[in-house]
Amino acid sequence: MPDTHTHDHAHAHPTQVPVQMNDPLVSVENATLTRHGRRILENVSMGVGRSEIVTLIGPNGAGKSMLVRTALGLEQLDTGRVMRAPGLKIGYQPQRVSLDETLPLSVRRFLTLTESKSDEDLNAVLDSVQVAHLLDASVHTLSGGEFQRVMLARAMLRRPDLLVLDEPEQNVDTAGAVEIYQLIAKLRAETGCSVLLVSHDLNVVMAATDRVYCLHGHVCCSGTPDEISGHAEFLRLFGPAAAKTLAVYPHHHDHEHAPDGSVTHAH
Amino acid sequence: MFEDFMVRAVVAGVGVALIAGPLGCFVVWRRMAYFGDTLAHAGLTGVALGLVLGTEPIVGIILTGLVIGLALMILERQRRVPTDALLGILSHSALAIGLIVIGFMESVRVNLMGYLFGDILAVSASDIAWIYGGAAALLAILFTVWKPLIAVTVDEDMAVAEGINAVRTQLVFTVLIALTVALAMKIVGVLLVTALLIIPAAAARRFARSPESMALGAAILGAVAVIGGLFASLQWDTPSGPSVVAAAAGLFALSLFAGATIRESVR
Repeated sequence: MPDTHTHDHAHAHPTQVPVQMNDPLVSVENATLTRHGRRILENVSMGVGRSEIVTLIGPNGAGKSMLVRTALGLEQLDTGRVMRAPGLKIGYQPQRVSLDETLPLSVRRFLTLTESKSDEDLNAVLDSVQVAHLLDASVHTLSGGEFQRVMLARAMLRRPDLLVLDEPEQNVDTAGAVEIYQLIAKLRAETGCSVLLVSHDLNVVMAATDRVYCLHGHVCCSGTPDEISGHAEFLRLFGPAAAKTLAVYPHHHDHEHAPDGSVTHAH
Repeated sequence: MFEDFMVRAVVAGVGVALIAGPLGCFVVWRRMAYFGDTLAHAGLTGVALGLVLGTEPIVGIILTGLVIGLALMILERQRRVPTDALLGILSHSALAIGLIVIGFMESVRVNLMGYLFGDILAVSASDIAWIYGGAAALLAILFTVWKPLIAVTVDEDMAVAEGINAVRTQLVFTVLIALTVALAMKIVGVLLVTALLIIPAAAARRFARSPESMALGAAILGAVAVIGGLFASLQWDTPSGPSVVAAAAGLFALSLFAGATIRESVR
């Protein structure tokens, strides 16, 4: 963990972040961003506190990925401010990574692009996403779901202070998605890292989230999953059916499906 | 035995292949073939600049290469003009302007064919010193940025989020490419430089399982193409630069066949 501004003065806090949080690891204030003449973010404020799981939801084109990219410093704002705790270590899983077939790359190499890791660490992290058998496979032979798991493993492998995951459940079936979010919650419990998630799968994401921002160019509403499910703006955007799904999450299978098709029974 | 000019040609050509191969891999991975072409075409303007300044042509070539390379890098980052259109405009206007300026210089006899198609049989001992000094320096620089450059090539956003300085890495790469093109021009000429960068790299892809083995393979296959092409040109009295490129193309064709065979036997 980097030593950030742990002192408790009010001025250390962003002025207009609507929800209280202790020492944001990353925060975006009053962000406005235009691309190709289109307003993508309008006066958006958002922050992720220490050991907090924050989820951005919203319809396609709501600016979720753009807001995340802004927070990471990958996009420049027209106006507004981005603050990141000094020395913040980030594990980032982008929404899309297109690997060029001409670049030969094993999973092992993909995992260690920017940092060397021991075999033990590599095996352990791949094992946690149930793809340990793929360590020496070429990344070009992976299925969409396998690659998604490898990407998640890669983001976790760095033992980040902040895990940023842009739709980690894509290409993964519902049971797999539930597993992924359980894994994220477990990781946070074990390491105390913060998590910033982008998702449009309300069913599974809410179980593991502390705070939700509902985004549609601007922040429509934000709060705990319970709070926003009753919010008028949320209902307008997603409909009452979606709000209802927020209540269904705790649900257990007596077995799990590994990506290779085998079935693991829970004990 | 062989004539001195032949020995010098082989030594010089192999020196260029040793740096063109590894850098060419990045040109292939980053889909920058047209970028290499543009730099090569701008080399002719560089020759003209060298004549105007009264310096060695290679000084003019390096200067224009750096200017064009950096200009392209900046314009590309702004994403205002489609890159391929921009490259097409710069590439052909640089070629045209170079030809016009050289055409005006009646007082100086310029071996235009030599610049367009290379004049490897005319390399001098000092050319060889330039080539090996240059290639050694370029390889050393490439070695120091290798890891971040691979990370940025795989996915720039992910690399930046993990703390890699993508702009600096790309800047170094642009300079390396500009200098490599300047070195390679002597051997195969403006019109065939890109071929020496990308064909050995593409041929090496079939046999490579890691970025490093592909870079090594490209250097070796490039050297084989130089030696094979030169001896073919001696044997059948064909133009030397084009013969080297044709030999490289032959190796690429063979690699497609051999790659398929290897893959079959693995199954």
